[in-house]
Formats: sequence, structure tokens, C-alpha cells
Amino acid sequence: MLEIVNLHASIDNKVILNGINLKINLGEVHAIMGPNGSGKSTLSNVIAGHDGYDIISGDILFDGDSVLDFPPEKRAHLGLFLSFQYPVEIPGITVSNFIRTALNEIRKAKGEESLGASPMLKLMREKMKVLEMDKGFLSRSLNEGFSGGEKKRNEIFQMAMLEPKMAILDETDSGLDIDALRVVANGVNALRSDRNAFIVITHYQRLLDYIIPDFVHVLFNGKIVKSGGKELAIELEKRGYDWIKKEQK
Amino acid sequence: MPVVVVKALALKKAWKISMSTNHENMEELVGKDYEHGFVTDIDTDTVAPGLNEDTIAFISKKKEEPKWLLEWRLKAYRHWLTMEDPTWAHLDIEHIDYQAISYYSAPKSKDAGPKSLDEVDPKLLETYEKLGIPLQEQKFLAGVAVDAVFDSVSVATTFKGKLADAGVIFCSFSEAVKEHPELVKKYLGSVVPAADNFFGALNSAVFTDGSFVYIPKGVRCPMELSTYFRINASNTGQFERTLIIADEKSHVSYLEGCTAPMRDENQLHAAVVELIAMDDSEIKYSTVQNWFPGDSNGKGGVFNFVTKRGICETQAKISWTQVETGSAVTWKYPSCILKGDNSIGEFYSVALTNNFQQADTGTKMLHLGSNTKSTIISKGISAGRSHNSYRGLVRMGPRAKNARNFSQCDSLLMGDKCGAHTFPYIEVKNSTAKTEHEATTSKIGEDQIFYCQQRGLNPEAAIALIVNGYCKDVLNQLPMEFAVEAQKLLAISLEGSVG
Repeated sequence: MLEIVNLHASIDNKVILNGINLKINLGEVHAIMGPNGSGKSTLSNVIAGHDGYDIISGDILFDGDSVLDFPPEKRAHLGLFLSFQYPVEIPGITVSNFIRTALNEIRKAKGEESLGASPMLKLMREKMKVLEMDKGFLSRSLNEGFSGGEKKRNEIFQMAMLEPKMAILDETDSGLDIDALRVVANGVNALRSDRNAFIVITHYQRLLDYIIPDFVHVLFNGKIVKSGGKELAIELEKRGYDWIKKEQK
Repeated sequence: MPVVVVKALALKKAWKISMSTNHENMEELVGKDYEHGFVTDIDTDTVAPGLNEDTIAFISKKKEEPKWLLEWRLKAYRHWLTMEDPTWAHLDIEHIDYQAISYYSAPKSKDAGPKSLDEVDPKLLETYEKLGIPLQEQKFLAGVAVDAVFDSVSVATTFKGKLADAGVIFCSFSEAVKEHPELVKKYLGSVVPAADNFFGALNSAVFTDGSFVYIPKGVRCPMELSTYFRINASNTGQFERTLIIADEKSHVSYLEGCTAPMRDENQLHAAVVELIAMDDSEIKYSTVQNWFPGDSNGKGGVFNFVTKRGICETQAKISWTQVETGSAVTWKYPSCILKGDNSIGEFYSVALTNNFQQADTGTKMLHLGSNTKSTIISKGISAGRSHNSYRGLVRMGPRAKNARNFSQCDSLLMGDKCGAHTFPYIEVKNSTAKTEHEATTSKIGEDQIFYCQQRGLNPEAAIALIVNGYCKDVLNQLPMEFAVEAQKLLAISLEGSVG
């Protein structure tokens, strides 16, 4: 489904990704962990197509085809979703308006008909229920004045609405209290199926108690230096990242 | 079939709502030879360029005006001769040769325009498509020769019968001069005196037509009143005069303009709008203006110098809403004189400039009475190499006890070659009056665009969405159908402004 081949990327001539290789199949959940500055957010931005980075070499394949030349929206149309670490505010645009616009843009790109107001609202209500969200949410300005937890919940809500094939959750757990974490994780788990795949980027093992990964990778200095099953996350939690850093020296 | 006053085409969507009929009906209407028109001699040609007392006498005669109105025009003209073009606005305008302009034009002959849509600039047609304008209307807008032609002479369509039942008078200014001279004589120039300002005086001397509205005591106008101004013949200045009188405890909502760009040449436009809101009445005046802004090199485009002002008596309310996206130059300050106690003035504005457009626009809120309130929400958007200025005056007079004003002036910049400027003037002469002014300047963030792109929107759709969100407080003031069109218009006006 998603394949990253020997990817090197830089920003302002500083190399951040230093040969990433990763293969993700449908039905899988991959966790990417790593200390600050290891390149986690860069990786998610580069996969999503942010134009602030230079791709030095390597490739990103989506269903076998390179997407490197695709703008972000085209990658989104293919079914890529990024849950942002810091979702931006768009004043004056309601959550429901934004999601309706996004969903219909994606449907249009796929040659599907726009979803009407009434089935759209019905769908939103269903998804909000899973995420234990208040109805008033829909009429609020997108992310404006949202608490950290509300922003993250809103990201997962959008993911639930857009039903991506490949979702990247960039530090979705940061800023969440334990109850919110459980709700968000439930939301993700409800979406898991053999028709989609997830990359969960996190600092802490905590989230992985709720969203149980099939694979755990450790990112350090722009490279995946260690991969394993979920027990790797537990080991990292116990021992910290220092032993990884030491191993690399 | 109800008797219909035909006025400049009435292509507006509002017309479509109120007339739940089909387009065949419209064809039928416009196909008529000015059966209900207001000008006696359709065949008259454009008067030679130039302005002197003879020109004014010619206009007045053409319109079969009473002597007092000719005198009024001449007085305005004589005063205008003593005045100079204002230079205080933040606008860079080449000198306008007022003698090179023709001040009266009858409808053009059928043969002058393009013969069919095939001859029309495809870019213009593309815009019409995007706005969802039906084919038949596209022809009118593009100036394709059709059975009826329209120009300074106004032709609008409304259910005159329904309005007449309510006692509402809605007609062309020329008709009002003939049918309701006492009202015109009493109120013409009562809010914007003939000698008020350079462009107002010019308009007073040479105005050709416009709209007249009178809402009787206690009447709530049963429909949105719309008009449709159009500039057509080349090198012809367009000088409209609008007078709206809301009698005590009455209510009216008036829509002006159209979202569709219209075919025209570089033209001077100097309109005057006067609103009179008597005790306990309310006038809501909405404008969407999209005249030709000039090409992407700044060539051509309409010069729009407008004087709009209303007076509020006791407990009356005037609300101006404008969405300005057109014209090469916009000079416009819809204002409220809050004369009566407890009266309310509102100004909601979106001014968008792109390429080489220049706008200097804002409002004046003149608080004379006590407990008067005003709200100013101005949203400027500058893109390309354009310049966009907000200029506003809030004046609290000595009697304006407990008067309140709230102003919010936001500027949004797109790119690094445009300019946004804010010139607020505040004068307070009563110690119990309060005024608040908030201003922000922002740029559309790349992170906002990326976020939208990640959700499947292309950059242009993303910018349209962000801009519409930014303008929400103003767009919300527009009647629903108008608001939807205005949203599309903002998006179209910004096309090509993303790098």
C-alpha cells in the first residue's frame, strides 16, 4: 500500500531524512517512535507532500506508483490522511463546512457525486457519537479556540469522515488527558480494517496500550534504526532512547 | 400578468427568487419595446463629449424635467466648476478629462455589440459559467445584440402590483420626477447636498437616472428590492442617482449590483445614493459590485467614485453592506448621520483588490443624537500589486450622550507586492460616548493552505475557503442568495493570485 524507498530529504540544505525504508500493507498499524528531532514530523510532512522539503533521493510509492510529483491534495484524493500534530485554525469556517468541503472535493476527484447536506449530517452524527463529541462542535470555527484535546479529537473526526486508506497520526496523543486518549484510540480502533493502514507517530508507549501496533520502528537521525513488534515499544518505555543513541555511536 | 416595471434587466438572482417564473418570461419582458420605459425617445444618440450648461440643459430636456430640477442641476454644476478633484485618498489616478466624457447616452443600437456569444471573450464566458449564469443572461451581460438594449436608462423587473398593494413606490428616478415630484423635490439633496463634494456635485449636475423608493408609514416592504446598474456604451460616464425614503416604522431591504462582470470600457462612474430613515424605520442596503477592474496589467477598468449617505431619525436604523471586488479605482464611503436619539448605523464591508486595483473605502458614522450606536466591520483583502485602504470617521457630537461605536478593521495580505492601509479618524466631543477600534493585519498562512490541501482542496479552493471564513461576518449580513454568489465571486476574483 505505502512504500518508502531509501528516502533522503532536506530542509534549508539540512538533511533530515537519511535513507528511510518502510513498507506498509493494508490492515497493518505501524508505530514510529523516536526522540525529539529524529525526523518524525518531517517524515509525515514529506509523505503528505509538504513543499517545504527537498527530496534528495528515494521514492514514495502509493499502491505501487510514485507520488513524489503529486501535490498534497492529489495524495489526499488517493486516500492519504495526516492527523496534524498542530492543527491550524481557520477562522469563520465551521467544522461541518470544512469537512463537507473536504469530503466532496475527494469524492469529486474520485468521480463520485457530492454528498448532500442531509446524508452528510447523518454521517457526521454517527462518527461524532463514536468519538463522544458534542453536537455543538459542528458549528464552531475550525480549531479556533479549541483546547489541545478538542483539536486532536477533531482530527480523528475528520479521519473518520474521510475514511482514508492510509492515515498518519502525528503525535495525536500529545496534549490529551487519559480519558481523551482512550476516546481517540477507540475512534482509531473502530476504523481499523483490512482495507486501510495506519502510521502512529508518538514519543510515548502509552498510546500504544490503546492502539496496538503490528510493528514498531525507532527513528533516529533520520533513519529507522530498529524495528520490532509491540514489545519494542515497551522496552523503549523502560530503557528510554539513550541505549539506541549509544548503539548508533 | 402583473404590470411590470422593467428596469435594467433585473438579471439578479433576487429577481429570480421573487419571480418564480421562467426565463421565457424574461425574454418576453425584455423583448418589449419599452412599453413601460421611462425615456420618451429611444432613438436618441449619445451626446457629444463635453460638459457645459448646454449639456445639462440637453439632459434635462431629454428627460422632460421640470424647471426646478434643471435649476438644481445648474446650481450644482456652477458649484462643481469651483471645486477640484479630491487628492486626499490613497489612490494614484491619472488626471480625468471631464470634457472628454459623454454625459448622456441612449441605449445602443442593436448592431453595435457582438452578434453572438461566439464573438465574446471566452475568458468572460468562463467567469459566467463559474458564477452559474444562464445562457440567456450571459448574452445580455456580454452585450450580445438582443431584442432589447439597456443603458443609462434603467429597466428593472419587479412585481409592481404587489408593491403597489403595499403602497410601496419603486421606480426609476426619472419616473419619480414625473409621478412624485413633491417627494423628489423635498428629499433630493437633503442628505448629500449638491455641493457636498466634487463627485457628488458632478453627479448632481449630470445624473441620468437611478432608482427611487418610498416605503409608506408602518409598511414592511414585501420583497427585497433590487436594481441592476449597467455601464454599456463606451466613453459614457455613468451617473446614477438613488433616493430611498423609509417613512416612520417602515422597513426595506434594497439590493444593488450584480456579481457578474460586465463588458465595458474604461469609464467614469460617480453615483450618489441618499437614504432617509424616518422615526423607527429601517433601511438595509446591500451592494455587490464587480465592475471591470482592468486587465492584469492594470489597463482599463472602471473608476468608481460614489457618495452614499443615509440619515437616521429617532430610533431608526441604516445598515450598509458591501462586497466590492471590481473597478480599477474605488472611492466610496457609505455613511450614516445618526441624527435621532437611539438610532443605529452599521457598515459591513469586504473590499477585495487584485492585480493593479486600488480601493479607498470605508465609512463615516456621525453620532449626533444620544444613545446612538454604530458598528463598523471592514475586511480588506489585497492581492497582486493592488492597494487597499480603509478610511473611516467616527464622530461623537456634543449631544451624543452615551453614544457607542465599535469598529473592527481587518486586512488580509496575499503576496508581498500589495498594500493594506488603515486610516481611522475618531473625534469624540461628549465625555459619555465610547468608541472601540480593533484592527488586525494578517497573511494567509502557508500552513493553513497545506492543511486544506491535505484534506483534498487544491490551493485555490483552499484560499477561497480561508477568505470566505475571513469575510464571514460581512457575508452573513447579505441576503442568502446574494451571499452565495458573493462567496463564489470572491473565489473567482482571487484566481491566479496564488503562486
